[in-house]
Amino acid sequence: MLPKLAAPRRPISSSIARALQHGDLAYQGLIALSALAILGLMVGVGVMLWIYSEPTRIAAGWSFVAETEWNPVGDIFGAAPFILGTLNTSLVALIVAFPLGLGIAIFLSELCPVQLRTLLGFVVELLAAIPSVVYGAWGIFVFIPAFVQPLGNFLMNTLGTPGRVPFLPIFQGPFFGASTLAAGLILAVMILPTISAISRDVLLAVPRAQREAALALGSTRWETIWQVVLPYGLSGILGGIILGLGRALGETMAVTMVIGNVSQISTSLLNPGYSMASVIANEWGESRTPMYASALIEIGLLLFVTSLLLNVVARLLVWSVSRRTPDAGGGRA
Amino acid sequence: MSVSVASRRWTRSAARERKRRLVNVLMLSLTGLATLLALVPLAWILVEVVARGSSALSVEFLTQTFKPTSLGGGGIWHAMVGTAILVGLASFLAVPIGILAAFYVVAHPDSTLGLAVRFGTDVLSGLPSIVVGLFIYTILVIERGYSAWAGSLALAVLMLPVVTRTTEEMLRLVPKSLREASLGLGAPEWKASFSVMLPAALTGVMTGLMLAVARVSGETAPLLFTALGSNNLSVALDKPIAALPLTLFKYAVDPSKVRNAQAWAIALVIIVLVLVLNIGARLIATWRSRMMR
Repeated sequence: MLPKLAAPRRPISSSIARALQHGDLAYQGLIALSALAILGLMVGVGVMLWIYSEPTRIAAGWSFVAETEWNPVGDIFGAAPFILGTLNTSLVALIVAFPLGLGIAIFLSELCPVQLRTLLGFVVELLAAIPSVVYGAWGIFVFIPAFVQPLGNFLMNTLGTPGRVPFLPIFQGPFFGASTLAAGLILAVMILPTISAISRDVLLAVPRAQREAALALGSTRWETIWQVVLPYGLSGILGGIILGLGRALGETMAVTMVIGNVSQISTSLLNPGYSMASVIANEWGESRTPMYASALIEIGLLLFVTSLLLNVVARLLVWSVSRRTPDAGGGRA
Repeated sequence: MSVSVASRRWTRSAARERKRRLVNVLMLSLTGLATLLALVPLAWILVEVVARGSSALSVEFLTQTFKPTSLGGGGIWHAMVGTAILVGLASFLAVPIGILAAFYVVAHPDSTLGLAVRFGTDVLSGLPSIVVGLFIYTILVIERGYSAWAGSLALAVLMLPVVTRTTEEMLRLVPKSLREASLGLGAPEWKASFSVMLPAALTGVMTGLMLAVARVSGETAPLLFTALGSNNLSVALDKPIAALPLTLFKYAVDPSKVRNAQAWAIALVIIVLVLVLNIGARLIATWRSRMMR
């Protein structure tokens, strides 16, 4: 354009030019942008779900979580049955998976020969690789008829019969197979690898000297584990449990396929139920009105906030153990 | 007198000793039992999927597209193509961003943003996949309708933390001297990253990609709101597209016995894919760590 441009302009732009010359500035910007994208995604999820759940948030406010009726035809949307259903299935899963997962973690970190540890750990973690929808199909056709049915019938006829002396309403009938219990048990299998893998890593991070000191004082192996190793790694194990809980809360397909999908509040684990994730997946196709869609998105928002909080707490707990012991000795003393 | 006290004490402490040993053996065997017990569902699922799936699996099943059950039910070619497109496109989106973000975390490990991103990847990988599906629905599907694009984006969001995390771990293992040597020879930083660090960590990055692909190729929930599913063979990115897990879900809850049998065959296909990727990734990682030693 103008001949002015051809004139030397070294003084002003030389530092910028030098930065641009090798592409370092562009590179730094690019990687920082990608890093920000990850954080932006998390914020974006929350913001978008917040915006699109506006109709029900304005119409119902906080009563959305307390309202027990779910009647899309009558425009009544209450999330209480799903919140309770999610809590129930997750609790069943935790009660079953926690002792097993901890046992596996102890076995892998304290007892198992090192060569076998990697292999066994990998095999247990394969449980996490099986897709949710395959668990669901296995649940419908195999697990419920072969295991949950007999177990549920037994519980219903013994502990769950009104009038008999130890009577537990949580095992009251009617029972048809698809139930909170079935969903909880499948969830237990699905979160087992999460709990066991994280607890194992936490136990391996416990310094060797701790174990050696306890053994030298005459403790048995178990006393060493129970009184020294576990307390040392307690917060990390707790983190593993919370991560497992987080996984159980958000699990969708397997639960949808075995829980029965009935929006009711019931004290019995043997009755069909519904969970937050499964109502979204199951009723999405039917949500014709804006209010209906907004209600489902608000349930998604609740799910997002809950799992975000759980994950943050759990990660901080796990980090606290691995940070405390930078030179993790690990393994058998 | 004193003898009897001593002997009583001795018996008491001997009894306690026995109890301690008993508890020790009992609890230690219980932990072994727990490990065995965890293998039961895994073996059970694999055996059922292989047994029931292989009877419905055939060459026609893999090469035909959808047909009504009255015409034999057809095959899953359309779903295999759909899953390949969805996962391929998702990898194409997630891998570059994931690797670049990993470079950032490794370059600035103690900066606020670096720590926040490491934390963020951990948290992001724990988000329920259905929430990610809803998110993509709100930003993309409401305006433009269900599409393969939307499905791939949802899967890409799920892959991103896996790719970032594994790449970051692998980059950390690359000796610092390699990077310093290339910078010392006058290479700009991007060149040190892409031509020196990345090749050195390449097998690790590959295993991360394999694990990420394994994770998302079975994902169903996020696709319900994004890719939607289809009975037709489609390669258009702006139209709804079929996917193996979506078809498996539909067939498993179908009242037809033919469809149920086909659901098992799809489960077999997915399980084989997922297992091959997982075991392959593990083998590469083991081989690599042996090479490093």
